[in-house]
Amino acid sequence: MTSTLDSSSSVVSPPPSSFLEVRDLKVAWPTDDGLVKSVDGLSFSVERGKTLGIVGESGSGKSVTSQAILGLQKGTRAQVSGEIWLDGDELVSKTADEMRVYRGNKVAMIFQDPLSSLHPFYRVGEQIVEAYRVHNDVSKDVARKRAIEMLDRVGIPNPDRRVDDYPHQFSGGMRQRAMIAMALVNDPQLLIADEPTTALDVTVQAQILDLMRDLQKEFHSAIILITHDLGVVAEIADDVVVMYGGRCVEAGAVRDVFYNPQMPYTWGLLGSMPRLDRDRKGRLDPIPGNPPSLINLPKGCVFAPRCVQKHRVPGDACATVRPDLLEADPGHSVRCHIPADERRRIWAEEIKPVL
Amino acid sequence: MTVAPSTEPSGAPTLRDDALLQVRDLKKHFPITQGILFQKQVGAVQAVDGVTFDVAERETLGLVGESGCGKSTAGRTITKLIEPTSGSIVFDGKEISGYSRSQMQALRNDIQIIFQDPYSSLNPRHPIGTIVGAPFRITDSSLTDKEIKSKVQSLLERVGLNPEHYNRYPHEFSGGQRQRIGVARAVALRPKLIVCDEPVSALDVSIQAQVVNLLEDLQEEFGIAYIFVAHDLSVVRHISDRVAVMYLGKIMELADRDTLYSKPLHPYTHALLSAVPIPDPDNQNRRERILLTGDLPSPINPPSGCVFHTRCFKAQERCKLEVPAFREVAPGHAIACHFPEERKPFDPNAEGRVIRSTMSAEEQDQQLPVDAHPDLVQQAHQDDRSQFR
Ligand SMILES: Nc1ncnc2c1ncn2[C@@H]1O[C@H](COP(=O)(O)OP(=O)(O)O)[C@@H](O)[C@H]1O
Ligand SMILES: Nc1ncnc2c1ncn2[C@@H]1O[C@H](COP(=O)(O)OP(=O)(O)O)[C@@H](O)[C@H]1O
Ligand code: SF4
Ligand SMILES: [Mg+2]
Ligand SMILES: [Mg+2]
Repeated sequence: MTSTLDSSSSVVSPPPSSFLEVRDLKVAWPTDDGLVKSVDGLSFSVERGKTLGIVGESGSGKSVTSQAILGLQKGTRAQVSGEIWLDGDELVSKTADEMRVYRGNKVAMIFQDPLSSLHPFYRVGEQIVEAYRVHNDVSKDVARKRAIEMLDRVGIPNPDRRVDDYPHQFSGGMRQRAMIAMALVNDPQLLIADEPTTALDVTVQAQILDLMRDLQKEFHSAIILITHDLGVVAEIADDVVVMYGGRCVEAGAVRDVFYNPQMPYTWGLLGSMPRLDRDRKGRLDPIPGNPPSLINLPKGCVFAPRCVQKHRVPGDACATVRPDLLEADPGHSVRCHIPADERRRIWAEEIKPVL
Repeated sequence: MTVAPSTEPSGAPTLRDDALLQVRDLKKHFPITQGILFQKQVGAVQAVDGVTFDVAERETLGLVGESGCGKSTAGRTITKLIEPTSGSIVFDGKEISGYSRSQMQALRNDIQIIFQDPYSSLNPRHPIGTIVGAPFRITDSSLTDKEIKSKVQSLLERVGLNPEHYNRYPHEFSGGQRQRIGVARAVALRPKLIVCDEPVSALDVSIQAQVVNLLEDLQEEFGIAYIFVAHDLSVVRHISDRVAVMYLGKIMELADRDTLYSKPLHPYTHALLSAVPIPDPDNQNRRERILLTGDLPSPINPPSGCVFHTRCFKAQERCKLEVPAFREVAPGHAIACHFPEERKPFDPNAEGRVIRSTMSAEEQDQQLPVDAHPDLVQQAHQDDRSQFR
């Protein structure tokens, strides 16, 4: 992943070489209480065959980001700006109708709740057939064969019988698989998975992650996996974007972010998690306080009110100056006023030994 | 390594007769009835099917397992929010399984419950001062409003809330703060036992850690015992002294925390631990992974023999035919399995080995048609929470 720095230029820049590139994405909603800045200047890119994990706590802007890529906010009150380049096409400037052609075809999505894509009143097979025929001019029989093949591929037992079941006749894990089958029926090049395993038990989550990994090898698609679980990111992603308060606070290759994290928020997340693979800690180290309101974001670093490291920064820069997302090491960017050398030292000497 | 020859007579797990809570062969079967005029029982959801365990004073017993395995039902039966079908519950020397609601009322000082979704158990029309003050008001009618207010305010402060927010309503608080309100109400009367039903499952990880620390501090301070129900194995390990792993209404393995997490013997425990994603990309790919096929079977028609046999990677013919006894294999370590084996979870030298269930998904699908009972799910969470309001 090439991490991009904040770009404030409004001139449309030339198309990138990456398969998907998001540049300075902003999504805001006018409300009675003020402007909700759900996503504020987000940039990242993903290549085909790679998985980008977007991780952050609830309300940090993960789903809004995925909806923006899918063009789902078109025709709503949302104020969307920035650029989203997919395989040479810019999506922010497309109309709602133009986006409909992309969705379910070149770009597909899966969600936490399978019933948000699977209609309870129609047979599972019918729905996959329908999704296939919208984008492919084939007979019902051909499409049905394709549906059975996809159900089989995602591991639905007895697919030729199960194809005629209704969603409620499927178990939770099977519904999730059926939704994946439907998402993949048109060979999408980009798959966006928004908390696809959050509602599942760990044993079923392990099956679904295993399936996604296999399918990616087979279809060579780019995947954006949105989750609040750092473990899931470590398991499946190549690159990570850590979001807080609508912005990216740290981004890089998975090994950089997990073995050499540099943002106090990422440290805080790691310290809050009890770890099964380590000796048990006497006490957890939670991040104090609560996530920020997206209407009244803190003036300086968005994380400053909860940051236990801000005393390292002289003066009141943390409270008054918004830090930029800067490259600390090649491909690894961090948004924090503490100088990079100092952050590396704090991680190695103070944080890592007590995790 | 096979731990005990499976023909050995089954020794019942060591029970501590002085324990604060003693649960013996507890069952909760929800009847399924058909017919409008003449309701006829056609089956039962065997939500809890014979569980036996103890909880000592000041101790935390973790109850883990996949959703639907009966954890909440067990917790709600013990607190008598729902009536047990059979079995015994001895609390503080008293057999309470047959207690009436009014008899239980007298025990509410001693047994409390905290729910996953604090919102469902906090009356939205009452300010939190009233909610947290209710236990005082009910148990001691001689207290003046002023006395109650000062008790409530010091309690709010103790759980990390602003005492000035006494007059605010539940919806004005964040999820983490609402859980603190639930905690404040539960500890108000210094109970001896609190059943915590997924108290941090809905919270973000940073807030979850705050609430976990709070629960630990209060336990220390007031000497409370917890039954900590959760599906998150990491949180359960962190907070528990002993842990029971449940599957389809039964306890599969019960041991002290360190034994359960470092030397588990039951294949289901192995599968659960191996499925937890760990935030360590390299070791993640090196450790052994056990992939179970399918989901939890229906508790209406549980599999024969060992209930886990349809998904188990060690299952053999015997597992289909014979129910494994829940037996003690080492002091304080009990399991229900014909073929227990020691396996090291998170072994970085496992070369990413993948192990799968012996029964294919097709076979499972044939044997146990998924039984979705939407109407049952509806009922599932209707219980009399007003007792705790
Ligand atoms: N349609 C909308 N109108 C107003 N605010 C919204 C809308 N959709 C999302 N938001 C706000 O945007 C923020 C980010 O939401 P979201 O992306 O869903 O977070 P998450 O990281 O949990 O997926 C939240 O504060 C949410 O309330
Ligand atoms: N009131 C009820 N009526 C019928 N079935 C119920 C009821 N409550 C729970 N169940 C069923 O009992 C089983 C165990 O549920 P539960 O105790 O909630 O599991 P867990 O807490 O482990 O997720 C599930 O199959 C559930 O659907
Ligand atoms: S910029 Fe300051 S407040 Fe923000 S994370 Fe870095 S040290 Fe903490
Ligand atoms: Mg979301
Ligand atoms: Mg439950």
